[in-house]
Amino acid sequence: MSKDESRSASKSRRWFFASLVLVALATAGVTALLINIFERKAEERTPYVRVVEVGEDDTDPAKWGKNWPAQFDGYQRTAISTRTRFGGHGGSEAMPEEKLDRDPWLRRMFLGYAFSIDYRDRRGHAYMLADQEATQRLTKPQSGSCLHCHASIMPLYRKLGGGDVFKGLDETSKLSYQDASKALRDAGAAHPVSCVDCHDPKTMALRVTRPGFIRGIAALAASDAEAPALPSVALWRSGSRARPYDPNTDASRNEMRSFVCGQCHVEYYCGGKMPLQFPWGQGLRVEQIEAFWDATKFPDGSAFYDYEHKESGAHVLKAQHPEFELWNQGVHARSGVSCADCHMPYIREGATKVSDHWVRSPLLNINRACQTCHRFPEAELSARVAVIQQRNYDLLERGGQALVALLDAVNDAKAKGATTEQLAPALALQRRAQWRLDFIAAENSMGFHAPQEAARVLGEAIDYARQGQLAALAAAGSPASAPAQPFGDAAHPAEPGAAPAAPAARKDPPAAPSASGR
Amino acid sequence: MIDGIVKGRWPWVVLAAALGVLLGVAGFTLHYAEGLSYFSTDPRACANCHIMKPQYDGWQKASHHAVATCADCHLPHTFVAKYLAKASNGWHHSKGFTLQDFPEPIAIKPENAGILQANCLRCHDDMVHDLVPGAARGRDTIACVHCHSAVGHGDRAGLGGPLRDDERTKR
Repeated sequence: MSKDESRSASKSRRWFFASLVLVALATAGVTALLINIFERKAEERTPYVRVVEVGEDDTDPAKWGKNWPAQFDGYQRTAISTRTRFGGHGGSEAMPEEKLDRDPWLRRMFLGYAFSIDYRDRRGHAYMLADQEATQRLTKPQSGSCLHCHASIMPLYRKLGGGDVFKGLDETSKLSYQDASKALRDAGAAHPVSCVDCHDPKTMALRVTRPGFIRGIAALAASDAEAPALPSVALWRSGSRARPYDPNTDASRNEMRSFVCGQCHVEYYCGGKMPLQFPWGQGLRVEQIEAFWDATKFPDGSAFYDYEHKESGAHVLKAQHPEFELWNQGVHARSGVSCADCHMPYIREGATKVSDHWVRSPLLNINRACQTCHRFPEAELSARVAVIQQRNYDLLERGGQALVALLDAVNDAKAKGATTEQLAPALALQRRAQWRLDFIAAENSMGFHAPQEAARVLGEAIDYARQGQLAALAAAGSPASAPAQPFGDAAHPAEPGAAPAAPAARKDPPAAPSASGR
Repeated sequence: MIDGIVKGRWPWVVLAAALGVLLGVAGFTLHYAEGLSYFSTDPRACANCHIMKPQYDGWQKASHHAVATCADCHLPHTFVAKYLAKASNGWHHSKGFTLQDFPEPIAIKPENAGILQANCLRCHDDMVHDLVPGAARGRDTIACVHCHSAVGHGDRAGLGGPLRDDERTKR
């Protein structure tokens, strides 16, 4: 072999190996792409594989998680602590910050009620049961009704009611919280809200299970209160009304994406004097709910109230967390945007679409929660929310100060010898002011769910508190005179809420399902 | 030993065989991924890779469904410009979907928004030429879809992306 031949052989050897490596790499790349495409196609065809059977009594989310790992993954993240400007928790890792220390007027407002002992920032769904069991409020007698929403409780309701969940609910209201909690553990396992509470285990379709909600929404439908955000209610009303409105058969899929949340994120009575009750029989607005409570009697015939205010002696109402009610008054609800659209937005996992079960503030998730509809930069959207919430907060604090001034004036009048009878108008105004103030304070969106409505409610709260202060001053014999008939009463209806006859625009038939359904 | 294999015709047979495998796999991949459908204007092709599913579904129910398909609004109508746009978007889409590295919710790019605007005017020019004086695109021109956002895909819809790694940790 000559030198030239040898060189050319080694050159062609190099070419050969280089080409072979290139072709091998290219083949590997194309095969990887093929597998990738195959996986995506498979993901789209088979969104989930049912590897274990789940049924009505399976309240353990981990078991469901075997079939729906993406959803379970999100659900578990509700244990992560999150924080926004007005929501979420400060304080230690072990226990959220005490709201009462941050806003002392809250403690004063709740005097005489267990919330004056312990009222902390919220945590995620994962903690709902643990936090309820740990609260200092349990040092006072609490009813078993609390578990309606703090635990995955349907098996216990079926057990106590002999299969009838409504009867089961009524039974738990007769138990103390501790006894109901023990019964829950005896009946199986105690879990916070779980898959089975919102999903049919056979079809995974959304459904509502909570008897309190089913009764409440049926009463709302049977009333003539406007419900523009709930088209299926209008549809049911236009029918024969032969059977009560049933969300599980009458509601659209889109409404169910709010109803499942409305099973708990609402105003209700959960004390021990009567079974748990949703106050929707006259409508969902703050004054409609107030009218409902005003007309409610305890089983012994006495007038309904949540607690007697320790300082003033007024019989006042406590608002729970009326997110569903306030959302109903807002433009998002009116446009067919459901709770899940913003709090559990759809996310893409490969080629599949799942709803994010890490239920949390949309402010932590602006790109998925807001930007799919509002095509504006994230910073702009977040700034807009900040303005809305800050305005609401400022009004709320003003309301807190007005209420404190009312309570001071009542104390002062008492010290000057004013009688209970003389103070009655001031105390009635305290009930109204406090109900409205608490309605927005306890609601967890800092006004965002319906900003204009929240401002209206707070405006009324401040006005009632100051009217009450004037009434107390008058009772103390001060020269300041209070109006004989408080403004905003039936004699002087404040628009639009207290007016018995709704303005014409409100009589328009609610939007057809196709128009507002999404 | 290696010398023995590399000598003569053998090496090129091996290389040809390897190339054949590559071509075969690539051809099959193209077929399996419905690659040729991208040369068509069938709207179903646009939803092939799943990302456009909400947009495709929305279009089915939107007012322009009966008069315009994806290509009518989103592609230029001259041969060269059309295939340039197809090539550029095809590259971005397939790279994005394979590597999963694009921002979500997806949003139209400025050059594609220009194509879209031109297509609005292609049909509606007679009606709106007073509204878009001068150039059909550019800083001072109002985009038709700024207000008429629902004509193509109905109410706005879309998906957020998967959870990012930094979201899995505390904040």
